[in-house]
Amino acid sequence: MTQTHRVGGGHIDRSQPVEFTFDGKKYQGFSGDTVASALIANGVKLVGRSFKYHRPRGIFSAGSDEPNALMTIGEGARATPNTRATIAELYEGMTVQSQNRFPSLNFDVMAVNDLLAPFLSAGFYYKTFMWPASFWEKLYEPIIRRAAGLGALSGEPDPDQYDKGFLHCDVLVIGAGSAGLMTALVAGRAGLRVILADEDFQMGGRLLSELEQINGDTALAWTMQITAELSSMPNVRLMGRTTVYGVFDHGIYGAVTRNTDHLAVKTKKPRETLWRIYAKRSVLASGATERSIALSNNDRPGVMLASAVRTYANRFGALCGKRVVVVSNNSDGLRTANILKASGAEVSAVIDTRLSENSFDIRGRKAVRAIRFSDGRKVDADCIAISGGWNPNIQLTCHKRGRPLWRDDIAAFVPSKDALTADMDVAGAANGSFSTHQCLQEGAQAGARAVQALGKNAAAIDLPQADDAPFEITPFWEMKGCKGSAWVDPQNDVTAKDIKLAAQEGFKSVELLKRYTTLGMATDQGKASNVLGLAILADHLSQTIPETGTTISRPPYTPVSISAFAGASRFEHFRPVRKTPSHNWAQGQGAVFVSAGLWQRAQYFPRPGETHWRQTVDREVVATRSSVGICDVTTLGKIDIQGPDAGAFLNRIYVNAFAKLVVGKCRYGLMLREDGFAMDDGTVARFSDTHFVMTTTTANAVSVYRHLEFCRQCLWPNMDVKLISVTDQWAQYAIAGPNARKLLQKIVDKEHDVSNEAFSYMACGEITVCGGIRARLFRLSFSGELAYELGVPARYGDSLIKALMSVGEEFNAVPYGTEALGVMRIEKGHAAGNELNGQTTAKHLGMGRMLAKKKDFIGKTLSEREGLNAEDGLYLVGFKPVSRADTQTDALASGAHLIGQGKSDTAENSEGYLSSVAYSPSLKSYIGLGFLKRGQERIGQEIRAVDLLRGTDVLVTVCSAHFIDPKGERLRV
Amino acid sequence: MIIVHPLLGPRDAQEFTYLGDASLIHRPDPKADDAAENFYEYLYQRDNLAGEHRELWFHEQGDRSWLVIKRNTLTHDILSVELASDVARREGRSK
Repeated sequence: MTQTHRVGGGHIDRSQPVEFTFDGKKYQGFSGDTVASALIANGVKLVGRSFKYHRPRGIFSAGSDEPNALMTIGEGARATPNTRATIAELYEGMTVQSQNRFPSLNFDVMAVNDLLAPFLSAGFYYKTFMWPASFWEKLYEPIIRRAAGLGALSGEPDPDQYDKGFLHCDVLVIGAGSAGLMTALVAGRAGLRVILADEDFQMGGRLLSELEQINGDTALAWTMQITAELSSMPNVRLMGRTTVYGVFDHGIYGAVTRNTDHLAVKTKKPRETLWRIYAKRSVLASGATERSIALSNNDRPGVMLASAVRTYANRFGALCGKRVVVVSNNSDGLRTANILKASGAEVSAVIDTRLSENSFDIRGRKAVRAIRFSDGRKVDADCIAISGGWNPNIQLTCHKRGRPLWRDDIAAFVPSKDALTADMDVAGAANGSFSTHQCLQEGAQAGARAVQALGKNAAAIDLPQADDAPFEITPFWEMKGCKGSAWVDPQNDVTAKDIKLAAQEGFKSVELLKRYTTLGMATDQGKASNVLGLAILADHLSQTIPETGTTISRPPYTPVSISAFAGASRFEHFRPVRKTPSHNWAQGQGAVFVSAGLWQRAQYFPRPGETHWRQTVDREVVATRSSVGICDVTTLGKIDIQGPDAGAFLNRIYVNAFAKLVVGKCRYGLMLREDGFAMDDGTVARFSDTHFVMTTTTANAVSVYRHLEFCRQCLWPNMDVKLISVTDQWAQYAIAGPNARKLLQKIVDKEHDVSNEAFSYMACGEITVCGGIRARLFRLSFSGELAYELGVPARYGDSLIKALMSVGEEFNAVPYGTEALGVMRIEKGHAAGNELNGQTTAKHLGMGRMLAKKKDFIGKTLSEREGLNAEDGLYLVGFKPVSRADTQTDALASGAHLIGQGKSDTAENSEGYLSSVAYSPSLKSYIGLGFLKRGQERIGQEIRAVDLLRGTDVLVTVCSAHFIDPKGERLRV
Repeated sequence: MIIVHPLLGPRDAQEFTYLGDASLIHRPDPKADDAAENFYEYLYQRDNLAGEHRELWFHEQGDRSWLVIKRNTLTHDILSVELASDVARREGRSK
């Protein structure tokens, strides 16, 4: 089939034919066509099936308000469902598929739903699929989802790139029709930085679709001339294919540009760019959208908005029908008829509802064939062009909760004065001013207002001459007394009857009506249907429309793909990655990494022949405890604290005393939240009277720093103390094991004595290593062994790990990862994140005696609450499996509940839980830390560790949390 | 939202983290006889205002200032922005 409905005229490029397929069949269109205009040019009427009843549907509109012609465009991973054919630009080789039909568009078995329509009325889901509840997920939902729905995603990863961008301007003009072009022109000539955004691929808005004269020339010529002038201005940015989808606080606008959807060959350019536009002022010149009239069977393919019929004829040279009936309640009716005649179509009737009272029915199923009046007369037609009036596109004025205002003279909502924030203006059809003259005038005025508001002078501008015919409308919403269903929202299959039924059932508020009937939901967000539905509701309730209300719209104005919001933040780029200075070295050693927040930490270092991570971790633990191991602890938060009041400051942060910590020593500290629960722990080293360095846990580095700054700035603003995070500035390694000092002595410069006498347990000092490299040494131990932490400026971190491993060869030094670190701290009984879990207090953690009595500290008062000090609270203790022949497994699971022997496995019998577990190669047994009711009094008792999720039930003995070296002798040798 | 930082000028709200009511500046005196009750009020009781609200924001991705921002919770209009340390001093906090 060739282009049977193509006529002359239009702004398409006939020198560039474009081949495409629709449902596998080949068609031809031209460059400059949309999918919709090309299908119309080829005489294709049936393009989709409706959501619920699977009724045959055709192209309805010519813009982003399209409810019916939703297509899957593209192939494979690039197949994009629910694309509006009316805005999709045609390209060579495009594949277009219809949706929601099986097995084919022409023969759809689910069309049986249409016969069941009497049973599928408003609220049908709520009424029918009520019980039994167990059927919901397994039966009802899958069936409903298959029967009702739109296109499906490919299921493959999106192959395209997406980007985000930031733009700043003085004036953002939204919409490049007659009003927007004038605004941009006035503001641009005044030297303001202007962004002019339009969702279409061609600037001009409605001017592209009407045969108007401006200044005695065609509207298109004028549009081209203005667009050319604007393009030549360096202070004006024209953004086509760009939808401003949302208005946010303080002059921030969201916009999305579709960069590559119109290209046959996808480039590496981002498919879409999501813009955040900061504008001092904005002018909404978004035009208006025509609405339908509720007529019997007004959803048949071929029933269209009159403005769309004009668009296809004037802009695309495509006739929607060869025998057209025009139905109108306003002065636009004759205009449509005249244009169609000029384009070569036969206008078989013009029905002006202001004059005619005859009701009629639309005949034909997969395409309109005729209309039949109630008196039996029949008029043949293959297209019905309906104009029910125009709705100004005021959506963006509602995004900050502006309420629209009803105007009787144009029977439409316009932005109320209150709805426009101080920095937003409106012009043209969006303001309810429909003639071209009015649009040009208001556009120029809005431009001048913007120029003035920004303190510049607007040059006088000659207003172009244009049509100023008044718009006259007598509201006519629904033709009554017909047999067939009158459709209000074709996308959601909502009829006039559904709206009345909802009102009868009590859903009289417009918000409830929307949710009960689904009126105005989904991709078109009711651009064509909301006001019509509201008018029918008002009529049914015998109220005016303002009395009935309106739903206000939220962002986005039109659908924005989730990929655009994600931008580049996908897969490994979802979050930034922090790598320690030894990362590359560890990678070279074959380390397995684990995420700790944004950090990548070496989890363990497998060696050839090791087949299970446990083998590796056991080896690392044994090697460390028997000789020496090295672990990268750079990720621990490090906060530099300086000032005369630094000691006093820390004294108020930690539960234990810090003011008297001597220079050259470290101390363990526990800090609470103000509510008395443990917040974080770590160590503080004092390098001088006024200089401390705090470490925090990896996970809490950010929140602790924030907390300290809060205390410093908000609570004690006159304390003379300053803080800075130095986590990234220092690479730090733990060197642990009986040979730790011997290894250390090989790289510490001679003048620094690190003998046990000179540098005792908990000492700290500023030293040099490897011949003059500045370093900080801390004699701290998380593992329970003789241990040090050695910090160097981060740029030396990579060299230091290599140096440590090299001098460590003679001691068989091993690198160990976070797993071995965890095993050793559990063996030692040190609390970590699993224990400092936000639900535990110092007392629960066995650190009750650390709470200073004589000083105030954050969390002190509320930590004294009775409830936090109950004797039957959960206290930290250790657990070891009882070895018994009949025990299937002695593997403990963290999270397991502690339940007495012989008691049932229910929540009320739970006496606590395991927080951390490990296999201890030192004890050759599983061990665990956990919280047990009155735990400290129950050493030696037996209890079950029950994990119903993993199906384990292990008899354990309650013991001290310190499995290894409880007296701490190894630390001090 | 855009927050006009008293030292750094207009900054996007994404650079900040939010804490809550600026009354958190007024940490009660722990030595008072009714300290426990006061801390309970301080920490757990909040007015849920529709309208002008004084709140604490932290410029975490910036200069790490705590700010006291007066914001209308209905319109998101920002009426004033001050350094929290200035506010705290003015309202009697010291060391």
